[in-house]
Amino acid sequence: MSNYLKVDHVSKSFTRGNVVTEVLKDISLGIDKGEFVSIIGHSGCGKSTLLNLIAGLTQVSDGGVLLENREVDEPGPERAMVFQNHSLLPWLTVYENVKLAVDKVFRSSRSRAERHDWIMQNLALVQMQHAKDKRPAEISGGMKQRVGLARALAMEPKILLLDEPFGALDALTRAHLQDSVMDIHARLGNTMVMITHDVDEAVLLSDRVVMMTNGPAAKIGEILEVNLARPRRRLELVADRSYVQYRESVLKFLYERHRFVEAA
Amino acid sequence: MTATARKIAMLPQTVEDPRGESVVAFTPRAKPSARPLLQRLSSIGEKVLPPLIMTAVLLIIWQLAFGAAGSTLPSPLQVWTEANDLIVNPFFDFGSQDIGLGWRVLTSLQRVAIGFGFAAIVGILMGALVGQSVWAMRGLDPIFQVLRTIPPLAWLPISLAAFRDSNPSAIFVIFITSVWPVLINTAAGVRNIPQDYRNVAAVLRLNPIEYFFRIMVPAAAPYIFTGLRIGIGLSWLAIVAAEMLTGGVGIGFFIWDAWNSSRLSDIIVALFYIGFTGFALDRLVAVLGQFVTRGTAAS
Repeated sequence: MSNYLKVDHVSKSFTRGNVVTEVLKDISLGIDKGEFVSIIGHSGCGKSTLLNLIAGLTQVSDGGVLLENREVDEPGPERAMVFQNHSLLPWLTVYENVKLAVDKVFRSSRSRAERHDWIMQNLALVQMQHAKDKRPAEISGGMKQRVGLARALAMEPKILLLDEPFGALDALTRAHLQDSVMDIHARLGNTMVMITHDVDEAVLLSDRVVMMTNGPAAKIGEILEVNLARPRRRLELVADRSYVQYRESVLKFLYERHRFVEAA
Repeated sequence: MTATARKIAMLPQTVEDPRGESVVAFTPRAKPSARPLLQRLSSIGEKVLPPLIMTAVLLIIWQLAFGAAGSTLPSPLQVWTEANDLIVNPFFDFGSQDIGLGWRVLTSLQRVAIGFGFAAIVGILMGALVGQSVWAMRGLDPIFQVLRTIPPLAWLPISLAAFRDSNPSAIFVIFITSVWPVLINTAAGVRNIPQDYRNVAAVLRLNPIEYFFRIMVPAAAPYIFTGLRIGIGLSWLAIVAAEMLTGGVGIGFFIWDAWNSSRLSDIIVALFYIGFTGFALDRLVAVLGQFVTRGTAAS
C-alpha cells in the first residue's frame, strides 16, 4: 500500500498513576493525495486523539504514522492544523497571525515582498483581507475560523488537519465556511482530514467518512465511500437519493449499532 | 459554484454574522468634542472634587488635633511655614547635603531603577523557566516561597558584608525584595498559557527563543505586569528603609537625618514626596501594562 498518509496499526493509551486508559486500538487508515476524509464518532471516542497523533502533537503508544513514507513523530508545518477554537494569538492582528506562520515556514525561501503577497493571497482565499488589521477579539467567530484556515493554508501543508473546525459556530456561518472549504479543496486540491460530529457535514464534504466505534479502545467501525460528483451543492443534494442513503448509513452506524450509552 | 452560492461566499462580512458584531466595528462613535462643554466640565468635577474635599477635611482635622501649643507633632500650618523651601522648590541645590527633596527622590529612584531593572529581567527569565519546567517548579518553588517572606531590611547586613559599600547594598536589597513577586507571577502566567498556543507553536516549530518572545511573553504579560506592579511598590518601600540605614543622598536618609536634628516638619514633607512618588510609580507600571497587554486580555 503506498498511500500518501498512512496510519499503521496505531494504538494509544494514556497512563495516569497506575491506571492505563486505552483510547485507540489498532487503527489502520490510508489516505491518498488530494483526498478529503472525515472522521466521525461520538464525543470521547478518541477522534481528536487520532488527529493529534497525525499532527504529531501526541505520541503513539504503538504502531506508526507515515506521511510520504516518512515517520511522523513531532508536529510540523507540513501537517498544518485548524483548531476547534481558532487558536489565533489575541495580541496579533489577523495579518500578523498569518505572518507568524508564513515568516516561520518561508523565511529562507521567499523574499519579504513575496511573503507579504502570499499572506494577502491566503487572506483573500478566505475573504478576510478587509479585516487584516483587526485583532481576533474584534471579529466574529466565523471570521476567526476563516483566519485560522488561512494561517494553516499559508503554510502550504502536505496535509491539512481540521479539528471540528466549525463546531463552535452557528448553523448559517457553518454552512458558509463549509462552502469555502469545499471551494478551496476544489481549487488547491489539498489533502484534508477533518474531525466532525456532524453527519451532514461529513457526507457533504468528504470523499470518505471514517466512522469510529465508542471508546475506550475505539476502533474504526466502518468506512463509507461517498461517490457524489463535485462540485457539490447543498441545496441540490438535500433531495438527492444517494446523498440521503449515505446520510442514513452514517446515522444508522452512530445511533443503531454504536449508540452512545454513557453520559457524555 | 452557482452564481448565488458564489455571491454568498463573497460577502461573508455582511451576511455571515446575524449577531451584528461586525456592524459595531463599522459604526463610528460619537466624537467626544460633540458633547457640550458644560457636561464635560461636570464629569471632570465629579472625579476631582471628592478627593479635594476629603483632603481639605483631613487637613482641618489634623490642624485641629495638633494646632495647640506644645503638641508633639507639627500642624499643617506649622509644616507649611517651617518647611516652606522644601515644599515650594523641590530642586534647589545649596551644597552637598542642602538640596531639594526632588533631587533626593531622583537619587532614590535611580537606585530603584537599577535594582528593580535587574529584578524584572531576572524575575521574568527565572519565572519563565520555573513556569515551563515541572521539575524546576517542584525544586525551586518551596525555596522561593520561603525566601520571599524575608523582610527587605533583613537582607541588608548580609549584603553590606558582601559588597562592602552602601550603594550596591541598597540596590541589592531592592532587587531581592522585588524579584519574588515578578518571578512568581511570571511562573503562574507561563503555567497558564493555553494549550492551544503551545500547539500553534509546536506546529510552527518555533524555537525556544521565538517561543519566548512570540508566545510566552505576550501570553503571560498580564501576569507579568501584575508582578511588576507589586514589585515596584515593594522596592519603593525597601529603598526608603534601606537608605535610612545606609546613609548618603536619598529620601530615606533625609528622613533619618531630619529625625536626628528634630526637624519634624521636614519629615512630614518627605512623607508626602514618598507617597506621591510611590503612587506615580504604581500608575506608571499600571498604564504601561495596559498599553502592552491591550490585545492579550480578550480572545
